[in-house]
Amino acid sequence: MDTLRFITCGSVDDGKSTLIGRLLFETKLIFEDQLETLKADSMKFGTQGERLDFALLVDGLQAEREQGITIDVAYRFFATPRRRFIVADTPGHEQYTRNMATGASTAEAAVLLIDARKGVLTQTKRHSRIASMLGIRHVALAVNKMDLVGWSQPVFDEIALTYRRFAEDLAFETITAIPISALEGHNIVDLGHAAMPWYEGPSLLLWLETVQTVDRDTARPFTMPVQWVNRPNLDFRGFSGRIASGSVKPGDSVRISPSGVATRIKEIVVWRDPSTEATAGQSVTLVLEDQVDASRGDVIAAASHPVECADQFEADLFWMSEHALLCGRPYAALIHTKSASVTITYIKHRLDINTGAHLAAKTLGLNEIAKVNVSFDRSVPFTSYGENKRLGAFIIIDKLTNETVGAGIIHFALRRSANVHWQALEVTKIARAEMKHQRARCLWFTGLSGSGKSTIANLLEKRLHTKGKHTYILDGDNIRHGLNRDLGFTEADRVENIRRVAEVARLLVDAGLIVIVAFISPYRAERQFARSLFDPGEFIEVFVDTPLEECERRDVKGLYAKARRGELKNFTGIDSVYEPPQSAEIHLQTMGLAPENCADQIVQVLGSEKEIRPPTYPM
Amino acid sequence: MLYSIGKDSSVMLRLAEKAYYPGPIPFPLMHIDTGWKFREMIAFRDQTAKQIGFKLITYTNPRGVLEGIGPITHGSAYHTDVMKTEALKQALDLHGFDVVFGGARRDEEKSRAKERIFSFRAAGHRWEPKAQRPELWNLYNTRINPGETIRVFPLSNWTEADIWQYIRQESIPIVPLYFAAKRPVVMRDGQWIMVDDDRLPLENGETPEMRTVRFRTLGCYPLTAAIESTAMTLDEIVAETLGATTSERQGRIIDHDGAASMERKKQEGYF
Repeated sequence: MDTLRFITCGSVDDGKSTLIGRLLFETKLIFEDQLETLKADSMKFGTQGERLDFALLVDGLQAEREQGITIDVAYRFFATPRRRFIVADTPGHEQYTRNMATGASTAEAAVLLIDARKGVLTQTKRHSRIASMLGIRHVALAVNKMDLVGWSQPVFDEIALTYRRFAEDLAFETITAIPISALEGHNIVDLGHAAMPWYEGPSLLLWLETVQTVDRDTARPFTMPVQWVNRPNLDFRGFSGRIASGSVKPGDSVRISPSGVATRIKEIVVWRDPSTEATAGQSVTLVLEDQVDASRGDVIAAASHPVECADQFEADLFWMSEHALLCGRPYAALIHTKSASVTITYIKHRLDINTGAHLAAKTLGLNEIAKVNVSFDRSVPFTSYGENKRLGAFIIIDKLTNETVGAGIIHFALRRSANVHWQALEVTKIARAEMKHQRARCLWFTGLSGSGKSTIANLLEKRLHTKGKHTYILDGDNIRHGLNRDLGFTEADRVENIRRVAEVARLLVDAGLIVIVAFISPYRAERQFARSLFDPGEFIEVFVDTPLEECERRDVKGLYAKARRGELKNFTGIDSVYEPPQSAEIHLQTMGLAPENCADQIVQVLGSEKEIRPPTYPM
Repeated sequence: MLYSIGKDSSVMLRLAEKAYYPGPIPFPLMHIDTGWKFREMIAFRDQTAKQIGFKLITYTNPRGVLEGIGPITHGSAYHTDVMKTEALKQALDLHGFDVVFGGARRDEEKSRAKERIFSFRAAGHRWEPKAQRPELWNLYNTRINPGETIRVFPLSNWTEADIWQYIRQESIPIVPLYFAAKRPVVMRDGQWIMVDDDRLPLENGETPEMRTVRFRTLGCYPLTAAIESTAMTLDEIVAETLGATTSERQGRIIDHDGAASMERKKQEGYF
């Protein structure tokens, strides 16, 4: 018997939870003890007077029951003689849309509820767009609360028509409109109720039992992302993972991406007896004929259809965080089994939820959808999401908070990543630096405005200069007069400011120089990004640690006073955050220490024989 | 991986064996022993560990032992708090485990139905049901800060029927208590409680009677009710499960400790 995974979605109070409760009740899937609890709960929390409040079967959290709303997605299981069902009841409140997306990402069909009195709402449209983006192709438009509009056919027809017009530019293959009353149980399981003689069917349950979802994955060529290399001893080496598409047999020719190495399947291991075949959805360990190299995040595929690799993509992105997306900021990402660092390089447009219009955008806020260019820090094997969900979906994670902030689907690789090759130069960074009798380095000064960064940087450069070192200072204020004069002080602009300076510093280090960067650089994520551009040991973070009160007391440029008067917005330390380094290579506590001593301290560290060890960061 | 000796744990154990086959299971299994488990469970546990050869950690809350805390003297709620929830937190902290596998299923209970497969726990093992991370597709965000932990529930989308069908398909060994047999029981508050040892004080007029019963779920014996059943084979159990008119948790007395009691226990760190 096959299993259908579906969601119920729609706006607040459209009756999603009530509908599921009703479905469970009508299909006799509520146990006697649960019914007893429901009766008691209905008296306590119920909104239906003396009658059973079916929503209470599904709204399992105390806060949900008290407020009569759904906060998070609930999964319920039921079956009829024809099919098994896993239903995700998703919340209608805009605030909890990410929980709706959680449920939608693994569903094949959607029951979209509409309150017959209210018709198609913004949240109806938002849920439809997310469902369509995530690959749901079949929708039952359940027009609920028909009892409250006098079982009126014209009302129903009008809503169905409005919705079909709206959904024209979405990717749904079928839309089936069904007039129902979840409360009364009409057209849920059976038809033929006297109230709506004009409706000929199907009932909602019949639709669920018969909606045709095509399993495209099994028919496609074989792919399996490697999740783990199984090497218990010297005699065994296998590659474990869940098959993403197709099937595989011993003897099949396969190719591994990104290495491109070809080999054959020697054995399929699941348990004590080797398997003769394995198909999409199964978790297996593959033993290969040759001793080839493959690791987590690589994809093993049919040799006739190897999986492409790229590092830049056009993608649709759904943003799930109160903290806006910042272009140019490095985030962590996960695509199939591969972890990487990504940046959104460009927002092509943001989608107007209501009209579908393409809007210009520099950032993305909570629950917004956009078409973007995304750049990975390494080449990853992929397919488009349309071809295979498992190889074309990715999530974005904030490196600082570790929250999952975005969900993306890949459309295609950007050609530029395939055609812009790295030009290999024969005179190397090391050769250039050796000619100057030095080791090229980037000294990255971070600290509050007025903490003494520029002063110390200046003294340091003089000292290095007298020692015959080749140096250059990139100073925050100076760069803002030229290269970065188009940037302001919003969070997005600060991120871009640092990105450019970090790239310039990298070029100068490549030229063999000792580069001193003196920028407030308030965010950890950007300093970590800057660090990622350099080889180990090359990047030295110098935390110029002067307390805010002291900086404000000095106020060399009079900026703190301005900021306090509200004349200067987004000033670090006042109304914009400074995230101090957790483990800088050099930590200068400037209180009671002359700038000259600070500079000496750095020279000492640079001159010391022992290698400066970079701190370890998670990914 | 948490190992409670029950049917779901038996399935988890088999899945772990398969996942790492032909290598051994690379992590230890941990049993939080309240001291009130059925004797047959403990025997089965030790025998299974020996047979399969996994590393078994058992832990009992020393405070509970010292103060003699039990379900009969202290009530089910307090006993569960101390001997299960508090014990689990102590054991996790003791070993510094940052990721723990558990066999919980979403069809067991309403608040479980809301939980993610990778369920994030703040420092102090607290579950914040109103602020769960989004969890799209099968892309699991495993990044945590020091002090935070993740509980992973691979069986989230299995139903009780799935568990039994898989046990039958794979011939997985389970504790004999799941099969019907004549056992000494007493009737209390409409539930059959087995007299597993002499720590269960008999009330006036109570005499244990031998009845053909089995268990749908296993836990501390004074808190786990038996059902009258003649199902002695896996086929009969599957048939009985598919036709059941009450939920399996009905036999778990701790679940009835007040409305939303599972959610509260989970917030405090219960599995």
